Amino acid sequence: MPPIDIDATVIANARLSSEYSVLSLAAPEVGARALPGQFVMVKPAGVTDPLLRRPFSVFEILRDAKGVTTGISILNKRAGRSTRRLYELEAGDVVSCLGPLGQPFKTVASPARAWMVAGGVGLAPFATLAETLATLKTDTTLFYGARTGDELFYLDFFERLGVKLVLATENGARGTAGRITLPLEGALQALGGGDSAMVYACGPEPMLAAVAGLAARYHQPSQVSVERVMGCGLGGCYSCVVPVKHGDEEANLVRSCISGPVFDGAELVWD
Amino acid sequence: MAADLSVSIGSLKLPNPLIAASGCFGYGLEYDQIVDLSLLGGVVSKGLFMKERQGHPPPRIVETPAGMINAIGLQGIGVHRFVKEKLPLLRERGARTFVNVCGTTLDEYVEVSKVLSDAEGVAAIELNISCPNIKEGGIQFGCSLHGTFDVVSAVRKATTLPVIPKLTPNVTDVASFAKAAEDAGADAVSLVNTFLAMAIDVETRRPKISNVLGGLSGPAIRPIAVRMVWECYQLVKIPVIGMGGITDARDALEFMLAGATAVQIGTQNFVDPFVWTKVLDGLADYMARHNVARLSDLIGAFDPTPPSVGTHL
Repeated sequence: MPPIDIDATVIANARLSSEYSVLSLAAPEVGARALPGQFVMVKPAGVTDPLLRRPFSVFEILRDAKGVTTGISILNKRAGRSTRRLYELEAGDVVSCLGPLGQPFKTVASPARAWMVAGGVGLAPFATLAETLATLKTDTTLFYGARTGDELFYLDFFERLGVKLVLATENGARGTAGRITLPLEGALQALGGGDSAMVYACGPEPMLAAVAGLAARYHQPSQVSVERVMGCGLGGCYSCVVPVKHGDEEANLVRSCISGPVFDGAELVWD
Repeated sequence: MAADLSVSIGSLKLPNPLIAASGCFGYGLEYDQIVDLSLLGGVVSKGLFMKERQGHPPPRIVETPAGMINAIGLQGIGVHRFVKEKLPLLRERGARTFVNVCGTTLDEYVEVSKVLSDAEGVAAIELNISCPNIKEGGIQFGCSLHGTFDVVSAVRKATTLPVIPKLTPNVTDVASFAKAAEDAGADAVSLVNTFLAMAIDVETRRPKISNVLGGLSGPAIRPIAVRMVWECYQLVKIPVIGMGGITDARDALEFMLAGATAVQIGTQNFVDPFVWTKVLDGLADYMARHNVARLSDLIGAFDPTPPSVGTHL
């Protein structure tokens, strides 16, 4: 099915901090089709600055009181001109929204557990994944690292779904002091022989490399969601490539928009 | 009566002048579900060498005011895989497939063109003598009048397919290159490829793309591209295919009035992959409003009379 391209009205833009906001968009058709791990290409409508859309994981599927899908939200972090514009949008503004795009996460069910490892804005794809895993009754844990305690968002959302939380902050304000890979490695070490956990990861690339490496070292499968500078989201421009290696083949540069953004952590080649 | 949007490039008849630009449309099939490929005047493939190519390390693009700089580095599957894997599917879909031919040497241009001549379903060859992002070949031919003449002559002798060299704007007088191409037997010229450009991250003092230099495209370059198309149109008799920052029907018409027989849409395809039907509708609307029966009547129909005061907005 082709992706949907709509001018979506901003329902709300909830500022979580001076950098983060949750932008809710009236895009019911996109929400109805989005699978966990898929993304949308977004920019303010009708402007040439920014010219190109930017990729965002679908954060939440929005539903009304009757459970009817009304749209999606994206988790936006101000990092440059485009994300600043999105941070500044108000209810009633309009954005161009193309999606859903890309390959979703593969879900797992009992006896396998699901461990979602999020770094900062890398929390984005895990709200929808947690919802899907909850319907599958998969034993799910969120390992969530941020710079400060104030930047750990939506914890109650995940708790309501029955997700166990393991937190880490770089300033030590909440959870483990340091990187989220510390408690992750502890959990991997404690995993009994014969037990298996699917390790999902999204966040800065050094974190993804570390998580994929840890999963491999402890013989657990991993799926990582990468973020590369992307032009079109459809495979047309070849901007967003990542090195992928299958078995003994040489690494190939693969378009993360159509072959990803979710990849088998063992197949990505890290710098 | 339905508006006649058809145009001719030599013996090649296109139902409309809208062609997807090389490097901005994958191999066409990526857009299969977005637009009926047979509705387009044509589709230009990504640039192809004899062999597969990995291209440059990312980051490969950066957005700039009303445009973008890219240095993809011609990542591609090579002409043989293209003929085997992509061409049959493009034929099935009724696409008029232009193949963008690259080479590091004159012989490679000839060899790739020969492979395409033997294949079924190639509408034309677009000779890439203008990519600013690779070290050998390419733009070295496109920046020398002799080089341009030699490559076009050699490929001309090797194929009966229409040969369309794609010109670089990174020269002093692009029209003289169009003339060299015409003299060498080109069926048409296409222009412009991207403008050599660079962007620096002042916080880190490092380049914004890995290759340091790249090619600027998008609306930012459009007025320069229109001027160059007009210069070429005045100097050569062969058709000119215009491109550079086209976003809508007005932009396409601007190129046609300046002398373009057909136009290519590149960067806008990233901004709005559904651009094609919008531009087609816009062209039909313009023709109705201006009582134009044949779109081809507008080619070069630019009126150089200075605008009236206050009406030039």
